[in-house]
Amino acid sequence: MTSPLEQKIRITGPVVVTANRVGDGAVVYRRADGGWTTRLAGAAVTTSAATARELIKEAVADDLRAVGPYIAPVRLSPAGELLPGNLRETIRLGGPTIDLPVTFGI
Amino acid sequence: MYVYDAFDRTLVAERVAEFRDQVARRLSGELTEEEFKPLRLMNGVYLQLHAYMLRIAIPYGTLSSAQLRKLAYVARKYDRGYGHFTTRQNLQFHWIKLEELPDAMGALAEAGMHGMQTSGNCVRNITTDQWAGVAPDELEDPRTWAELIRQHVTLHPEFSFMPRKFKIAVGASHHDRAALRIHDLGLRLHRNGAGESGFEVMVGGGLGRTPFLAKTIKPFLPKRDVLSYVEAVLRTYNQFGRRDNIYKARIKILVHELGAEAFAKEVEAEWQSIKDGALALDPAAVSEIAGRFVYPDYERLDDGPPELAQARRADARFAAWMGNAVDNHKVPGYAIVTLSLKPEGGTPGDATAAQMDAIADLADRYSFGEVRVGHEQNLTLPHVAQRDLPDLWRALDAIGVATPNVGLVSDIIACPGLDYCSLANARSIPIAQEITRRFSKLDLQRDLGRLHINISGCINACGHHHVGHIGILGVEKNGEEFYQITLGGKADSDAKLGALVGPAVPYAKVADVVEDIAAAYLELRERPDELFIDTVKRIGVEPFRERVYAAR
Repeated sequence: MTSPLEQKIRITGPVVVTANRVGDGAVVYRRADGGWTTRLAGAAVTTSAATARELIKEAVADDLRAVGPYIAPVRLSPAGELLPGNLRETIRLGGPTIDLPVTFGI
Repeated sequence: MYVYDAFDRTLVAERVAEFRDQVARRLSGELTEEEFKPLRLMNGVYLQLHAYMLRIAIPYGTLSSAQLRKLAYVARKYDRGYGHFTTRQNLQFHWIKLEELPDAMGALAEAGMHGMQTSGNCVRNITTDQWAGVAPDELEDPRTWAELIRQHVTLHPEFSFMPRKFKIAVGASHHDRAALRIHDLGLRLHRNGAGESGFEVMVGGGLGRTPFLAKTIKPFLPKRDVLSYVEAVLRTYNQFGRRDNIYKARIKILVHELGAEAFAKEVEAEWQSIKDGALALDPAAVSEIAGRFVYPDYERLDDGPPELAQARRADARFAAWMGNAVDNHKVPGYAIVTLSLKPEGGTPGDATAAQMDAIADLADRYSFGEVRVGHEQNLTLPHVAQRDLPDLWRALDAIGVATPNVGLVSDIIACPGLDYCSLANARSIPIAQEITRRFSKLDLQRDLGRLHINISGCINACGHHHVGHIGILGVEKNGEEFYQITLGGKADSDAKLGALVGPAVPYAKVADVVEDIAAAYLELRERPDELFIDTVKRIGVEPFRERVYAAR
């Protein structure tokens, strides 16, 4: 597998850096201050390849807190809310699109 | 049930202690993810979209009630109250925390369960017929041989770093319920012309990006030679399999590129040099393993007790379930009962902790404490006295596992898909759920008869879409989910890969297309008892394409 640092960064819109938290695997987003958050609204957003490269470099170095960082697309809703940029990221943020069995009632 | 000995228990306990130390070192930063990943994978721990996932092996699909209760306990304490039974007779927990994994594994180890070799480039959980030991058409219990191979390959250093994973299935019935032809190595017990029993050896099967059905390289292998021959196959693969390209690393590619005959020749040469050595099986050792599969102390009963006929007459719902989920047992007066984990609108293969506990109790009461897991993602109670069927049915119905849809259109095999899996391109589960809603009328399902729908959310084909009577494969096109649909696949003794019926359709149209395919079948079948798969075999996919795609 190619390291995220070696991957070509092609950016066509706003992006964030996302990963999974080491202790429990929860989805996290890289903040501008170098920390991680589970809230997409708290993520550092960029449209610049250079900034994205810097964010991913720092995220990769933070191996103790997050696993498998990569650059993910985001978009802004008409109301200005930050939203995941594709279905995969929507599911990562919001969870499965189905009722879990315990809520399904069996 | 197979009774593990002190050696097995020590092995599992030591692995838990080792993994506990590895997790602690990862959490402290002593191990990087790059260093830790191969270690976690060796214990069945993956990272999925939302969380870590733990895959637990259920060797040859046999579970005791105590083990099922332990799975329920782990589901409740360390996960989100449910588990997912997979197409390889494993169980997956999808929300497990790394910090709690050692404790969860410790709990599982108390019941002899673990995740060893459920990941990585080693020999994976060895699967078999979920009716092993009780099927009337069985030559002998295939689990003896599965267990023997399991013991030999567990932590075997030579076979722990092969070019790619290696899946073995063993069967011993005329009817193949273990999908032997889609495995890297399939072993089918049968009798030769002289009346001796031995194995037909099939290699190079597999689905995924490049699907192949396994080819028979040895029509008859004496039982004494099974271990040496399996070792010769593994060694040949280990030596010649490609390690430079992950997409060409499975044995199916090697067998395809070399040709089955040339591959068999290589295996034969290796085998000749080892067949009379330490791996030649001593019948006493085989008997010892066979003897550790403890069979129930069956009562002497007659088939068809009067109370059963009476219950069937009295309750049409019970009669429908009897006709669908209950099968003949090799012992008179007993039955094999399939528990459907495919309720209308549910997730195929999921069971809640409450269901697991309830099923464990019912297994104790009605099935000598034994449960089986099938690759179709349903459960089986293998030893039920026929007189108990009405009471058992009421109890199963109350916990939602008595939907009389086994083998019918709503008994769908589906991988977790994009709702959970980091490899997936598209969702599988909601597609399955919508199809079950479209076919909610049981009369329609029965009219359609045996019809297997298999759904995969990506080309890796965990949902076995290539061998579904209707196969559905999710792909991604310009950020949208699309689904390719194939017809005519099957995984039984006459296994076949499905053929594409038309262009891929978007997410919202898949259930419509499946409905149209079903309607076309009703129109095209020669007579009501011609099965869907036989109609496709007779006329091919073209008449379906014309009817289903003409208006699109």
